[in-house]
Amino acid sequence: MLVRLPPMMRRHLSALRMLLVFTAVTGLAYPLAVTGLAQLAFAHHANGSLIEEHGRPVASALLGQSFALPKRNPADAGEQLRPDPRWFQPRPSAADAGKGAGPYDPLASGASNLGPANQVLVKEVAARRAAVAAFDGVPPESVPADALTASGSGLDPDISPAYAEEQANRVARARGLSPVVVRRLVAARQQGRSLGFLGSPHVNVVELNHALAALH
Amino acid sequence: MNDTLAGWLQILALAGALALTHRPLGDHLAHCLTNSRHLRPERLVYRAGGVNAGTDQTWAVYLRAMLAFSLVSVLFLYAFLRLQNQLPLSLGTRPMPPDQAFDTAASFVTNTNWQSYSGESALGHLVQMAGLAVQNFVSAAVGIAIVATLIRGFTRQRTDRVGNFWVDLTRITLRVLLPLAFVFAMVLVAAGVIQNFHGAHSVTTIAGQHQSITGGPVASQEAIKELGTNGGGFYNANSAHPLENPTGFTNLAEIYLMLVIPFSLPRTFGTMTGDRRQGHALLAVMALIWAASVAVATANELHSVSSPAGHAAGGMLEGKEQRFGIWGSVLFAVSTTLTSCGAVNSAHDSFSPGGGGLLIFNMMLGEIAPGGTGSGLYGILVLAVVAVFVAGLMVGRTPEYLGKKLGSREMKFASLYILTTPALVLAGSGIAMALPGQRAAMANPGPHGFSEVLYAFTSAANNNGSAFAGLSANTVWYNTALGLVMIFGRFLPMVFVLALAGSLARQRPVPVTAGTLPTHRPQFVGLLTGVILIVVGLTFFPALALGPLAEGLH
Repeated sequence: MLVRLPPMMRRHLSALRMLLVFTAVTGLAYPLAVTGLAQLAFAHHANGSLIEEHGRPVASALLGQSFALPKRNPADAGEQLRPDPRWFQPRPSAADAGKGAGPYDPLASGASNLGPANQVLVKEVAARRAAVAAFDGVPPESVPADALTASGSGLDPDISPAYAEEQANRVARARGLSPVVVRRLVAARQQGRSLGFLGSPHVNVVELNHALAALH
Repeated sequence: MNDTLAGWLQILALAGALALTHRPLGDHLAHCLTNSRHLRPERLVYRAGGVNAGTDQTWAVYLRAMLAFSLVSVLFLYAFLRLQNQLPLSLGTRPMPPDQAFDTAASFVTNTNWQSYSGESALGHLVQMAGLAVQNFVSAAVGIAIVATLIRGFTRQRTDRVGNFWVDLTRITLRVLLPLAFVFAMVLVAAGVIQNFHGAHSVTTIAGQHQSITGGPVASQEAIKELGTNGGGFYNANSAHPLENPTGFTNLAEIYLMLVIPFSLPRTFGTMTGDRRQGHALLAVMALIWAASVAVATANELHSVSSPAGHAAGGMLEGKEQRFGIWGSVLFAVSTTLTSCGAVNSAHDSFSPGGGGLLIFNMMLGEIAPGGTGSGLYGILVLAVVAVFVAGLMVGRTPEYLGKKLGSREMKFASLYILTTPALVLAGSGIAMALPGQRAAMANPGPHGFSEVLYAFTSAANNNGSAFAGLSANTVWYNTALGLVMIFGRFLPMVFVLALAGSLARQRPVPVTAGTLPTHRPQFVGLLTGVILIVVGLTFFPALALGPLAEGLH
């Protein structure tokens, strides 16, 4: 170099060069290598565990979906959604940007963030308990907690086995199916804890409803 | 199997995995930080970067190199975020606004990963992987580099050299973080985490509606986000998001990843100082506090009648994912607040007053049980210095730790270190509460709203990055204030640690006598734990009383 830079300039220039080297290694080479290998070895998982119907993806098995009835007025973003009795219902979801795409909108993942003593939450839970009990035709005190609370992601695809069990009669009635058949489907879809002891038992609503749709 | 047995087995499996791996990993780290031979790829990095890797630096030169690297990183990331719409893979996103870009750049360079944006709507893939995730690697390496100088301060004598920043940074990144991240990224993909470059594509759902399914290089970022105790989620919901953390197994793997380096560093310390028992004593303090915190927080969350909302629902499941359950959510929450990780798999804002309050307290401890990558060990070492000093006062002797005298110069640096974070937390929260506009950002009424603000400043000053996320923190004021708090909370303590390291390295060791306080026995474990709890308790009790304690007693 012809011009000798002052030490401070040289130090920051070196720092920048080092940062660029690390950007190339950890910011480009590393994720590209992981992507390459992941796409080779675990393409189904790497691409989002998609569920297909007639060759077109209809869901990711990992992302919950809304199973509400179509809106009466699609232009009204404030319209209260009504659950569709023909489907197993997922948990309440806070993943709703309020633009009509939610709930269960992967572009707006998140929780309600309501505090444990917040009266808004307490009232919401009480209202959900009454609504779910009436909808499923069960006593209010038997509705499990997961049916009354919004998940952390707003995209939880799972419900508790108890909540799936609770919904089976209502779904069977709405579809004109035998309750025995629907219960058998729920039992077959129940997933235990990972490796037998990690996490909680659950039923994946998206997979369950996909199997339900295939019954016809 | 019932929930309780499964929950206990999960904790035991985690502890077992950490116990099995902390020795080899700790020794590998020690080797990287002491070995004199450069590997060929490393020499290429030094040449490309134009740095001198041949000689060790004084603490002041080391500090200037570290600060230069961090400053350049903030500016680079800021520009990246501001210009992301001009770059490939931007997915049609807009440039991040200036205040938010400053906040985000400061956040990722300081290993905090506080996020006032939503990844899925605000950022393209390129800036996530080549901007943010790069800092996930190097900021973690910087933390370990700083603790390496402090350990060298204890092991070296009569020298002004504490190490070479570029060598430490490069070796930790290439020899430790990169290989581990690669292996665990593949483990996560195998278990369901996505890894692709798709944008959001719309599908017609099972019920005939529309949903946008998002893509992204998530697994590669997830692995280093946990391993480097960074915690910045690819998506807004962070590790609660099923594409980041799809199963009970990935959940435990992510908890393991955030704990593995911090719990291995005491072994590194023991190995480098040539007295493994010293490392065991620090490890015992870390494990004790972690275990107690897991027990108390889990009991609080299981006991749902402790809060009106939990009582109404019959369980504390608001903000928690069904597949993790209470046990898997609390284990993650405690581990993420006792490290500097800050990833979340549940909404801390909706925890019970006792559980959520404990998460704030965990961060207030200074994140030393086991703490962040590097920052956890230097944090607990500074507290060990204070504990030895307190014991010295009791018997009227000049205190010494590992053969180094702790004189007034050393104690000044240790005291400044201890004072920095509380000053930032309390002043920041106080100012925010005094300003009506900033108070209005609280989402919840009453004491819980104050807890949100206290949580935000505690998280930023300790470089944690998790949040009581109800707080509307994406305002010019919060972006600026928290950005500054993160920078001061990261680099001021580092200055004091480096100065302490330089001062210790210069000393000639004093011989052990009958009057020397043994620092490897249960007595010292008790003393250090006591000092940590008293220092933190006295500092933060009034603030905690106004927030979670008031809410819990209500």
